[in-house]
Amino acid sequence: MSDMSQNASNLREGMMASMSKQQIGRVLAKQGILIAFAVFMIAFAIASPKFLSVDNVFSVVRSSAIIGVMALGVTFVVISGNLDLSVGSMMSFSTIVVLDLHDKLGPALAIPAMFAMTMCLGAFIGFLVGYLRLNSLIVTLGMLSAIHGLTLTYSGGQNMDIADKEGTWFSVFGQGTALGIPVPILIFLILAALLGMVLAKTPFGRKVYAVGGNGTAATFSGIPRARTVFYCYLISATCVATAGLIQASRSLGSQNTVGQGLELEVLAAVILGGASLLGGSGTVFKTVIGVLILGFIQNGLLLMGLQFYVQFVVTWIIIILAVWLDIAAKRGKLWSPIA
Amino acid sequence: MTDVKPVLRLEDIVKTFPGVRALDGVSFSVFPGEVHALMGENGAGKSTLMKVLGGIYQPDGGAIFMEDQQVVMAGPLEAKAKGVMFIHQELSLAAELSVAENIYLGELPRKSFGRVDWAKLTEQTDAILKKLNVSFDAKTRVGDLSIANQQMVEIARALTVDAKAVIFDEPTASLTDAEKVVLFDVIADLKRDGVGIIYISHRMEEIFKITDRISVLRDGQYQGTVNTADSTEESITQMMIGRKLDLSRNASHHELGDVALEVRGLSCGKLYQDINFEVRRGEVVGFYGLVGAGRTEIAETLFGLREPSAGQILLEGEEVRIHSPADAISRGISLVPEDRKGQGLVLGMNCRDNMTLPQVDDLKAGPFVAEGAEVAIFDQYRDRLDIRTPGWRAQAGNLSGGNQQKIVIGKWLSMHPNLLIVDEPTRGIDVGSKSEIHKLLRELAAQGYAVMVISSEMPEVLHVSDRIIAMYSGRVMRTFTSEEVTEDSLIKAISGLSDDKAA
Amino acid sequence: MKSGAVSKALANGAIWGFIILQLIFFSIAGEYLSLSDKAFMDWENMLLLLKQSAPIGIIAMGMTLVMVNGNIDLSVGATFAIAAIVMLDSMTWPIFASLGDGVIPIAWLLALTVGTLLGALNGLIVWKTGVDAFIVTLGSMLGYRGIVFMFNGENPTSHLNWTLVDFAEAEFLGLATASWFLLIVTFAIWFLMTKTVHGRNAYAIGDNREAAVNAGIRVGPHMMINFAIIGFLAALSAVVFYSESGSVNPNDGQLYELWVITAVVLGGTKITGGAGNVIGTFGGVIAIQLLRKGLGHIGADTSTVNLVIGLILIAVLFLDRQLNVKGKEELKV
Repeated sequence: MSDMSQNASNLREGMMASMSKQQIGRVLAKQGILIAFAVFMIAFAIASPKFLSVDNVFSVVRSSAIIGVMALGVTFVVISGNLDLSVGSMMSFSTIVVLDLHDKLGPALAIPAMFAMTMCLGAFIGFLVGYLRLNSLIVTLGMLSAIHGLTLTYSGGQNMDIADKEGTWFSVFGQGTALGIPVPILIFLILAALLGMVLAKTPFGRKVYAVGGNGTAATFSGIPRARTVFYCYLISATCVATAGLIQASRSLGSQNTVGQGLELEVLAAVILGGASLLGGSGTVFKTVIGVLILGFIQNGLLLMGLQFYVQFVVTWIIIILAVWLDIAAKRGKLWSPIA
Repeated sequence: MTDVKPVLRLEDIVKTFPGVRALDGVSFSVFPGEVHALMGENGAGKSTLMKVLGGIYQPDGGAIFMEDQQVVMAGPLEAKAKGVMFIHQELSLAAELSVAENIYLGELPRKSFGRVDWAKLTEQTDAILKKLNVSFDAKTRVGDLSIANQQMVEIARALTVDAKAVIFDEPTASLTDAEKVVLFDVIADLKRDGVGIIYISHRMEEIFKITDRISVLRDGQYQGTVNTADSTEESITQMMIGRKLDLSRNASHHELGDVALEVRGLSCGKLYQDINFEVRRGEVVGFYGLVGAGRTEIAETLFGLREPSAGQILLEGEEVRIHSPADAISRGISLVPEDRKGQGLVLGMNCRDNMTLPQVDDLKAGPFVAEGAEVAIFDQYRDRLDIRTPGWRAQAGNLSGGNQQKIVIGKWLSMHPNLLIVDEPTRGIDVGSKSEIHKLLRELAAQGYAVMVISSEMPEVLHVSDRIIAMYSGRVMRTFTSEEVTEDSLIKAISGLSDDKAA
Repeated sequence: MKSGAVSKALANGAIWGFIILQLIFFSIAGEYLSLSDKAFMDWENMLLLLKQSAPIGIIAMGMTLVMVNGNIDLSVGATFAIAAIVMLDSMTWPIFASLGDGVIPIAWLLALTVGTLLGALNGLIVWKTGVDAFIVTLGSMLGYRGIVFMFNGENPTSHLNWTLVDFAEAEFLGLATASWFLLIVTFAIWFLMTKTVHGRNAYAIGDNREAAVNAGIRVGPHMMINFAIIGFLAALSAVVFYSESGSVNPNDGQLYELWVITAVVLGGTKITGGAGNVIGTFGGVIAIQLLRKGLGHIGADTSTVNLVIGLILIAVLFLDRQLNVKGKEELKV
């Protein structure tokens, strides 16, 4: 019992901690992720010389690109204090739609049409969560199911394939290279740079942090809370559409369930990057690190000859450790004060 | 009283948090059958002291004695077991559960298989409720009770055990006069049973009515204990604030400008009705009334946060409709809200970003926020308002209340508003910052700002206002000029007694 | 305190109205659209429905407890799969070879123990680290799924024990074994939540955690027990289901958490904790199963079921909000 009250007082202390102590905690928490990343990279590099080869690094980043692009958008949503569990099934939707329209309209029209349709879904969620203030967990849970149904209805339950797989330039987004760099990587990095600047440097980005940090105070400062949240979901949907484009272009054919379960991997990457689910904190850069950590772990474990499922277990441990250490640094106490 | 053992004795209690000495050598005793007032301004350390007594915090120094036996309060349960009961200011009830379950929360009577012994529970609860003479029964769902009745449930909790000491923390904040009578009867009963009572309240009137002695804290330091009978309101206030706060009357010595804001027949549902007033440039208009009188709601309406159901708002003589804070801001209206932490600041954001938040769209270099311009604004208002922070990167949540309030004020001053509304400008901040903010409000008026100040502290309203609007239950009772206002007439007006408008 | 009107109505039985509406709708629509000439409201059909509700329903009872407590558990699908594998696999272990059918209770016990421990592990992490249950169980959802694959890679794990199949397919008083388990679990959790001190404390913690702490309730162990209970129920759901089917794929149980949470929310449990009850959840489970069967009955495929359930979930939230719509004079924040 005395331990508990001690902890309670320490929690309070942590909250009231002087500037320097908090900053040290912050820096530690922030560096913690980078340190963990570095340790992993070194360990894997020693274990397998192939690990850091250019080919391997490219292949990791390329295969992380789809998760990564979605994670960029979800970062906005999470910082605004909400969740998006629908990105996986939304990605299946955009993949199926663009593949279907490819043969019907040609790629040049199919791509904008798919973006428009996906963004409509994003706008719908943004409307429900932003303007109607419905709980984002439940709304996006519902949309996960609903969009999945929509995709199945759209495709008639069939797999979608492009008729002429050899003769289309559409494959460039998933399979092409530019300047010696695979296109998916380029898309991921350019989008990350762009969205990173939007979040860190623009008035909109500032509003996202304000709304997620304290929505009431943001309202009392004249920030349009509903609109800000709405745009976050629109950005998320745009990222999902981009991810769907890469996926479709890479495989030129797809199942209805291609994105199933990805929402959780995406969320894991964002959380690993240190964004708080309470909103108001996180950065695009940290999310990119989170994505790369997940990607390299997956790859490193495979190179070490371990089965893919070991990565699930390792990811589990890493997520919990990352979040735990982050909040432990903030409260200045390793163990929670819960009695 | 010295021949009786004190039921509770605190000796030299010290509690520090990093950077703050929250309690610094607090010592006093509570005797059986005594009602002992604990007074001090917000932030003086009363809550911390109560948490130490309740076992939520462990003191860094000093000791607690009960009947001359040193005790360690290791946790809330242990405090309870030792007979120290708390009646919290913030309701700590579970709305879905029944009155009985709430009263016996944490120690529901058990039967076999871990079942709740409902019969016993109801019986015990009914006995207590009977004492309190309340209108609800043990099975009522707490969520269905009024706030005042919920407070009674909270009080009922303290009666479940044979308490040696009961601590009331602002128990009357939400009670009606009739309920207060019941509460004071309960306290009298406890007193008769030889229970020691600590009574925390800001309401002097109650303190003088029911307490025997008064102990005062200021900035975590014990200022002494006096017999209530030997004290006056002034002497207690003096002890609480240390030096005499300059609360002399002010009246504008400068010419008043044009009418900045005029409100005609403004109503908002049941919140307030038929409000008429005007605010001129160069004057401070104070709004005084009890909590719930509708003052904050008027401010929120002017700031676009509520839709009025009737009436007109005129800015510079022109009728306007304000639908959102963004509307209000674009028309030069600013609101420093009542709840600094909940409404005023994004605590996790740095000071600079907080200060420039409403104008972030206007401070642009290309598509980006012009951070240089932001820092310049921050520096300017940090100097002007004497905000003490390690730098603009400091998180707003880490500043003291006074400095936080100055950030919020700076946020709006940097927008150069036509009308500045300040709701409870000095709630919960230290005396030094208090007088600085008072001075600032007067200066702003002198510079030609139109200022509305809402306050529940009479000395503050009297000090800063050129005119005072007294409100009661959603209506303006009377408007006073600073020359004609007296404390007595003001109190009458806000209690709904002022029908003598001619007086 | 301000539980929404619809969630309140749902908690108070509006879900049953919804169920009746569905029954009427599918009965009438079935007359015109159904391919089979069997009536929808057929008694056999309803009994089957109850049986098919069991896997989700048993877990949903635990989820009600956990959500009322103010937490959530996303890992139930993976726990479900692990328990199934443990049960089926352990029956083939050489050390039990001499036991004959005596292995069945041991296999069940093993599976239930594993489920309980996995749940308790979630609870322990939530308790000791202070990390939000959403994140903790999101992590273990991946981690536990990884453990599932460790048993048999991507291959299914199969073992048919005919005694077990007979037990699972048995009927008692007209109800299938699985249905009985669902009813017993519903009753047990109802009893726990309404009659016991532990259950009442669960509401108090979910409603006002600080008040519970101040009242001396040990919140950490309390939450761990609830996580252990949902782990146990996920395992129970698995052993009941796989006793009959005898084969588990490593991906089984995926998305169960979504179905379960949907049922619980439809049943009127507040997402933020403090309010909800298992009777409502039971209704939610039945409503979902009815929708699946009903849409199948009128010839719609699974895609429509997904679409409709997703939209219904959102519609419930929306209605809840509209019925609580703030007056014009309310603060717009």
